[in-house]
Amino acid sequence: MTQRPHQPRLGTTALIYLALAGVLAAGAVATAIDGGNLFATANLVDMLTRTSLTGFLAIGMTLVILCRSLDLSVGYTAALSSLVAATTMDGQVANIPLAVAAVLLVSGLIGAANGAVTAYLGVNPFITTLGTGLIIKGYLDTQYKGPAGDVPALFQQFGYTRIGPVPVSTVVMLAVAAAAIWFLRSTRTGHHMYAVGGDADVARMSGIRTGRTLMAAHVLCGMTAGVAGLLLAARFGTGSAEAYTNLYELDAIAAVVLGGTLLLGGKGGVAGTVAGVAILAVLDTVFNVMQIDPFAKDVLRGAVIIAAVAIYARRQLDPAARRPRFAEGRAS
Amino acid sequence: MSATAPLLAMRGIDKAFLGVPVLSSVDLTVARGEVHALVGENGAGKSTLMKILAGVHTADAGTIELDGRAVSFTHPLQAQHAGVASVFQEFNLLPELTVAENVHLGREPKRRGLIDRRAMVDATAAVLADLGVEDLAPTAKVGSLSVAHQQITEIAKALSQGAGLVCMDEPTAALADAEVELLYRLVGRLRERGTAVLYVSHRLKEIFDLCDRITVLKDGRLVDTTATADTTPDDLVAKMVGRRIEAQFPAPLPGTAPGEVRLKVAGGGNDWVDGIDLEVRAGEIVGLAGLQGSGRTEIAEAVFGIAPFTRGAVEVDGRPVRITGPRKAIGAGIALVTEDRKAQGLALRQSVRANARMVLDANARVHSRRRLARVSGILSSLDLVARGEDQEVRFLSGGNQQKVVVAKWLAAEPGVIVLDEPTRGIDVGAKHKLYSVVRDLAAEGLAVLLIASELIEVIGLADRIVVLHDGRIAGELPGGATEQQVMAYATGRAPE
Repeated sequence: MTQRPHQPRLGTTALIYLALAGVLAAGAVATAIDGGNLFATANLVDMLTRTSLTGFLAIGMTLVILCRSLDLSVGYTAALSSLVAATTMDGQVANIPLAVAAVLLVSGLIGAANGAVTAYLGVNPFITTLGTGLIIKGYLDTQYKGPAGDVPALFQQFGYTRIGPVPVSTVVMLAVAAAAIWFLRSTRTGHHMYAVGGDADVARMSGIRTGRTLMAAHVLCGMTAGVAGLLLAARFGTGSAEAYTNLYELDAIAAVVLGGTLLLGGKGGVAGTVAGVAILAVLDTVFNVMQIDPFAKDVLRGAVIIAAVAIYARRQLDPAARRPRFAEGRAS
Repeated sequence: MSATAPLLAMRGIDKAFLGVPVLSSVDLTVARGEVHALVGENGAGKSTLMKILAGVHTADAGTIELDGRAVSFTHPLQAQHAGVASVFQEFNLLPELTVAENVHLGREPKRRGLIDRRAMVDATAAVLADLGVEDLAPTAKVGSLSVAHQQITEIAKALSQGAGLVCMDEPTAALADAEVELLYRLVGRLRERGTAVLYVSHRLKEIFDLCDRITVLKDGRLVDTTATADTTPDDLVAKMVGRRIEAQFPAPLPGTAPGEVRLKVAGGGNDWVDGIDLEVRAGEIVGLAGLQGSGRTEIAEAVFGIAPFTRGAVEVDGRPVRITGPRKAIGAGIALVTEDRKAQGLALRQSVRANARMVLDANARVHSRRRLARVSGILSSLDLVARGEDQEVRFLSGGNQQKVVVAKWLAAEPGVIVLDEPTRGIDVGAKHKLYSVVRDLAAEGLAVLLIASELIEVIGLADRIVVLHDGRIAGELPGGATEQQVMAYATGRAPE
């Protein structure tokens, strides 16, 4: 028996950062031809600012997708969270800690509900989270006709302050991403998410409590949506029910998939997701700088996402679904 | 061993599925450090017995003792905790994780509340070293490993859980020759360290090479347990097949002889089978026999274009055809009644009529009003019992479902029909009806390629029997050959 030689093949995550570099380079060239500079401070700030909101949502989304689940309710959870934050703060600096706690509690409970229905009632997560999303939407539409609450200036700094060209919110997002990477790698619950998404039966047979693992992923996904809601509140200075119309959940899913996490679960990670978020942000900034028609912008975004996933799919094709006995070339 | 209880003692094990007895009062004892073979034909009950031991199935009656203590398993985890590990042909591994991560899945070592990866890798390396395996890195991703190394990973996982008994189901079925050598060493190593092995296999050579004792099952009953030294391969085959109640098979009509060659495969091969030369004439039933994993289904799938031949040539009615997919096969006049009727043969929630018309509807070339009109006639000629053609097929019995599958293919008026396990999961009465349907198809001039794991079916029904071993044709026998002759070829021994 000889060990097969290590194939000098790039890891998926490295490939995605390479893709990010490629997109940056292509974007820089395109804007330069257009007479602009992609790396001008204003553009850098724009790019980095775009990463934070989608980033929070996409980090949580990565966890549930790794478990072979999905969360379509994060956009609504974020909108609700912005209202919870703004109304609890009510202009008072002293209320900020309470507001943050309230947001994390509410968003975590929404995630717990999603997880429980999916894991223990066996409802397909697509339907579960579409349902919770609609419930939240209905609540927001009937209870909040317009903006509500008041965010004190101190907390608004979370939305606007920068360190050099880097917004504080982006730094926080990267910190959350680092925490998530550590969580997936070093805690049992995180590690088990790969097993649950990879093959729930194998996981169960190995003694993993699959239901709990799925619950944990959904709770954390809800909470990152809550953090996204805090950021929305900080940016708007008020709570906004309308935020859900931006369909943030779809951006988050796109970023996760662009980041190389398998929609079928069990493979991928947060490092890739961050690159996926960055790719989307670069594209949007480039389109902005070049003043591309917003509709054409959506067409281009859609095309990029599909193309990327098609490339991954080719890499994913499993040639070993059934082990060959007479592999081509060594048959007699 | 006289003073201490055997490691495993199963007594009087009964098991029935849907009222059909699969095991009746089977006894099995395995001593510490013993390599014990469990042999028998397809359907003898080997796998069921092993699954009862693994906690996948629960016995209807009988007792299981481990180390003298009575145990009963209702879940695979209980069996694992009791020290019984099972390595099935389908591995329970996660390809995206590393060897060490798979070995410790669900039991990751912790340090200060966090996963201790260093300890995980070290412990895995220790188990592998104990097994005498040097060329497997604990940090390698399981999906990138050879089958043999994946098997080792499974065994390492079992040992790290403290298994005293490792059950292996056909462990060499998927291994290349060089890898079999590795498995031999591994089994020897397990015996040395006092771990018992229950070795389920068809391959007599391995059994005589590796095992201390042999238990033979036949038709769900215990035939014999003997020390390997006290028996011979011929004895063993005789015990495995014996003779049993003759089933009734329709004979070919007197005075009919096979006609033109309708299906011809010359030198067919792909990743799973090789060197396949096959001819089926009009009016002829050719049986494909062989053990599980010998390549029977793979030939059916190659002929029908699901996993096409990549070498060799195929001719239908004397015309060369390149079959690259099922649609090409259907166009060439080939039909396939698949092994897994519920997953691949029928749309269970659709009506009898929709299913019976499916092939016609899907293939413009064979679609015609005349053929559509014949569908009802075909269904009634098969004696289909259903409330009506609007009934959803999932409400039909297995036998009647199979008739719908056959009808949908007959509607397309094929020249060649491949039947893969056509009687799986259907009751005895319906089986006999299907036997006569198959004979009638041949009488109407179709070329029939029949695959069945029940030897008796192939022997009783086929005009000629082609026996496969390890993806190649091992030999050819006339219809009515004895089970011993078929088994001799199928187990890879020289014919007598």
